[in-house]
Amino acid sequence: MPNMNELKKRIVESQLWRSMFRHDYPDTPRNRVLQIMANVWLHLHPPKIRRHAIKLRFTWCMGGITFLMFLVTVVTGVILMFYYRPVAEYAYADMKYLQFDIPFGMIMRNMHRWAAHGMVITVWLHMFRVFMTGSYKPPREFNWVVGVVLLTITLLLSFTGYLLPWDQLSIWAVTVGTNMARATPFVGSEGPFGEVVGVTPRYDARAFLLGGTLVGPPALLRFYVLHCIFLPILISLLMIVHFWRIRKDGGISGPL
Amino acid sequence: MAEVKENTTPKPAAQSAGAHEPAVTDRVHVWPYLVRNEFICSIIVMVILTVWSITIDAPLEEPANPTQTPNPSKAPWYFLGLQEMLVYFDPWFAGVVLPSLIIVGLMVIPYVDVNPKGNGYYTFRERPFAVTMFLFGFFFLWISLIITGVFFRGPGWNLFWPWETWDPHLVVALTNIDLPAWGPFKWMGNPKIFGVEVIGFVLIALYFSTAFVFYFLRRDTNDMIRQLGPMRYGIVAFLFLTMMSLPIKVVLRLAFNIKNVWVTPWFNI
Repeated sequence: MPNMNELKKRIVESQLWRSMFRHDYPDTPRNRVLQIMANVWLHLHPPKIRRHAIKLRFTWCMGGITFLMFLVTVVTGVILMFYYRPVAEYAYADMKYLQFDIPFGMIMRNMHRWAAHGMVITVWLHMFRVFMTGSYKPPREFNWVVGVVLLTITLLLSFTGYLLPWDQLSIWAVTVGTNMARATPFVGSEGPFGEVVGVTPRYDARAFLLGGTLVGPPALLRFYVLHCIFLPILISLLMIVHFWRIRKDGGISGPL
Repeated sequence: MAEVKENTTPKPAAQSAGAHEPAVTDRVHVWPYLVRNEFICSIIVMVILTVWSITIDAPLEEPANPTQTPNPSKAPWYFLGLQEMLVYFDPWFAGVVLPSLIIVGLMVIPYVDVNPKGNGYYTFRERPFAVTMFLFGFFFLWISLIITGVFFRGPGWNLFWPWETWDPHLVVALTNIDLPAWGPFKWMGNPKIFGVEVIGFVLIALYFSTAFVFYFLRRDTNDMIRQLGPMRYGIVAFLFLTMMSLPIKVVLRLAFNIKNVWVTPWFNI
């Protein structure tokens, strides 16, 4: 039986170990700081934070839960993409395959959907909390604006995903939602002053969105691309800005 | 917990220009005190989400059929507040202008709220107007309209109590009239003394002119108006009056069966 301490010492002093872990673990103030600063995932945080900011009753943890919900939808969404084809002939059948054929297919779809709904709720509660604590006030004005855009993209992500199961619930909800585009002033065929611009039902804001005059196969493909590529990239970029600005604007808000 | 209290002053260079972080003395290490909370919170949320997903299946109805319109057709629940507004306003206003104004209105909040108090802590007393407006818009308008749309709207977008069965053949008499054809205004519209467009235009102009009247009456005595200045005051007043137009139209519709206030050949409000 080799000496365990000897073995541990040899491992943690090896070149391989030292190249991965630059600092020791023992609980010293220096290691606590390095634990955050030397870790690419944790260095989102500052090494130290104001005491009230870790209290649940101040933040409700809502921003973090929103981000967690987003991560869940990304992971489950990528898994669903392996099995889902955004073609009108296949989309609904793929829902049935997910439910009955694919191992853990239904729970992936459930988690994706409930996390998406949860994200809508938590992002509202996060905005509510930020408003109630006045955290949008200077110097954090612009981060609030970024947050409102993130809220809007969250709703659009959820809305574009709503169409993809290609069932009655989907297409009629999206029909009701996108009918609004038809009423847009100037660029909608049924909106005020639409005739002045010369838009027609086949050539207006709604047709541009749907790729046709009704929610059909082109709309399914468009919403799929928006849902899986365009909006996730956009929301990720803005999340980077949102998180970065928390730090740059002086960390989490608190009484002056 | 004694060793937690390690005092540091933040480096000024670490913050962007304009960030007035006070010299806070009460700071704790993120590792472990915050990371621990985040970890526990993530686990709890993931457990709830997993159990929820095991027990409740995501809905899946019959395959999409463009020839069979369900009654009622409802938007996703988070948009039902907007769909509910369609009852009271035309689609271009309820579905396009108002949502845009909600987004823009939320974005301008930090720039029109010049009250320096209440930054970073919960308080009602130090910012009563801002908090009241937000609570009113969030709960009374947005959330309550969503609840109405989800639970109280049935076939034909008629109002049903949750315990009532949805009768798709329910006939509800459409007795709504436009304001120019209503009681006190009837004599103006019929026989036409003024064009009906003019009546609605004057009423809405009067409605928005209350902002100007209030400004000139109160600017010398009201601190809030003085601090806002004319530009910010104008934005706040416009957004406030536009927001209040929704409950006003709800009351006009439910109490007086009035559909539109301003009727023109191009649009109605």
